[in-house]
Amino acid sequence: MFRYNLWLAAVSLKRNPVLTALMIAAIGLGIGMSMTSFTVLSTMSGNPLAHKNELVRRVQLDNWGAEQPFREPNEPPELMSYRDVTNLLEKGEAQYKAASFPNVLPLEPAQRELTPYMIQVLFATGDFFPVFEPPMRYGQGWGKAEDRDATRVVVVGHETNEKVFGGENSVGRKLRIGGEDYAVVGVLGPWNPQPKVHHVSNGAFGGVEEVFVPFAIGIEKELQSSSNNSCWSEGDDDDATGYRGWLESDCVWLDLTVQLKDQEQVAAYRRFLDDYVREEKKAGRFPRELNNRLYSVSEWLSAQKVVSRDARTQVWLAFAFLLVCLLNTVGLLLAKFLGKSSEIGLRRAVGASKPQLFAQFLTESAVVGVVGGVLGLALSLLGLLALRTLYAGTSQEELAHMDWNLVLVTMGVALVASLLAGLYPTWRACQVQPATQLKTQ
Amino acid sequence: MLKMKNLSKVYRTHMIETHALRGFDIHVREGEFVAVSGPSGSGKTTFLNIAGLLEDFSAGDFHLDGIDVRGMDDAARSRLRNEKIGFIFQGFNLMPDLNLFDNVDVPLRYRKFDAAERKRRIDAALGRVGLSSRMKHYPSELSGGQQQRVAIARALAGSPRLLLADEPTGNLDSLMARGVMELLEEIHSQGTTIIMVSHDPELAARAQRNVHIVDGQVTDFDEEPRFDAPAANTPSPVAAPPQIA
Repeated sequence: MFRYNLWLAAVSLKRNPVLTALMIAAIGLGIGMSMTSFTVLSTMSGNPLAHKNELVRRVQLDNWGAEQPFREPNEPPELMSYRDVTNLLEKGEAQYKAASFPNVLPLEPAQRELTPYMIQVLFATGDFFPVFEPPMRYGQGWGKAEDRDATRVVVVGHETNEKVFGGENSVGRKLRIGGEDYAVVGVLGPWNPQPKVHHVSNGAFGGVEEVFVPFAIGIEKELQSSSNNSCWSEGDDDDATGYRGWLESDCVWLDLTVQLKDQEQVAAYRRFLDDYVREEKKAGRFPRELNNRLYSVSEWLSAQKVVSRDARTQVWLAFAFLLVCLLNTVGLLLAKFLGKSSEIGLRRAVGASKPQLFAQFLTESAVVGVVGGVLGLALSLLGLLALRTLYAGTSQEELAHMDWNLVLVTMGVALVASLLAGLYPTWRACQVQPATQLKTQ
Repeated sequence: MLKMKNLSKVYRTHMIETHALRGFDIHVREGEFVAVSGPSGSGKTTFLNIAGLLEDFSAGDFHLDGIDVRGMDDAARSRLRNEKIGFIFQGFNLMPDLNLFDNVDVPLRYRKFDAAERKRRIDAALGRVGLSSRMKHYPSELSGGQQQRVAIARALAGSPRLLLADEPTGNLDSLMARGVMELLEEIHSQGTTIIMVSHDPELAARAQRNVHIVDGQVTDFDEEPRFDAPAANTPSPVAAPPQIA
């Protein structure tokens, strides 16, 4: 019977191509628009560390000035001072402690045909790799000894390895960065976490760093972050006391993320942070009230407003538009189905039960939905392409990629939407009194 | 075949009650050809709709082929309608998007016959009304008389025990009307019970028995047929009618 109903749907839809096109266009437009904005939002709302969300914790200490908070209402800085980071790297029980900051250094490829170019470098402690789990294709990260001794080792990102080493296993080879040779210890596979959890303060979307070297090397080279460096007191200006002064200042510029073993350790680490700040207060630091944060990944992304309010509003508007499209489809289907009163009457007279008619007309709605869904999918892809063109070269560009799971979601939404739209017209159609329709024809 | 006793049908709105049928008694025997006549609004169509299980009745008894249909749910009525009753309407009620084959196929689809059985029945039914060669044509390509023949083929394809015809020649000229009437007589001669509503006294006179309805009641009822009805179980060329459970 399903095949018969499908065939009847095709015959019926072919009979009035303009009406059919209107219905498909209404569903397609609604689906296209809502799925485009939903794709952007779902990329924004992603959590690459969802599987250990509660154990990976972002450390925030409020070392800001007494006069005003870092950000209203009473938000602590999202970055940390070098002084606190080094203290916390030494003390406090955690499974992993990943401190990092980004900068840019020149990379000189061994091949003569490649000209040197500037590359985003992340100066990070070796724990960065187990915490953020970039896919290691060859080799591995580095350990505590390399961190301590500022050993010239490097983990190379996928693209850089393709470009400089032709995609080979380059572990053991040399990479010249900033005028020094680094031994390649690890090579990553393609890695593009969205949002970029380890560093959101300069935009949570966009490409990740391509080269990773030990944190201590950045300090040895007297580098600052190429992203955000914020100070609250004039006395902390690095020019006044040189790089040593910068390191001892309360200026914030470093990311610190810890991974804890269990909830017990999370609670213990929270207590440890409070004790640490109380201790520092005695030394005259931390003029503000105790205001530490130890956010989980999702809390951290939410606090950083990685998903903008505009994006949410846009999705609501798009779904409201879908609703309008569906209401239009309801109207069109109602007109179409009620125009078939004599057919309904006849089918009832020759033995069709109400559920059989219900199935027939709902199948027709579903066909409209599936075709509308395919159109919607095409429009979504076009919409995302337009967004990518519009935001080409910016971090927003990364948001406009279709997740193929969403293809299924799109088709599902289209099907459910069209079935919902078809429900009332179908029900109305089934209420047709066969006797009156047969006589009036 | 069809027995109604003290049947009534009341249409109610919030203002008025209309008695379409009241104290309605009729008994149509297996294999009879009954013509029902009466002035407009007398209740002829209401009777036919109730007889065809398209409408429910308000009170009384109604047995169809020995089955008490009172209180039957929609699915059971649909099944009974599909298996035992064929309809012929004044307006033919063919589906314009479907060719003749698919039009005749409509009732068979709800009977859950397999494709081969459906084809056999459609071929036989269209053959019986003389339209085998036009199976792939659409209703709009046929004359009124031919369209009514397709409607008759559709009604016959399921081998119904009872054929209900509501002014079957009302939209046809006299020549076409005669052809359709002859076809009905032939179907009747092969054993199918027919109840036909008609305004035309000439056509009504060709039935075995005439029933006159006025104000929702049977006023003139020939209890004895004017000529003998054929044996009830005469095989039809389409298929043997299903046996009563």
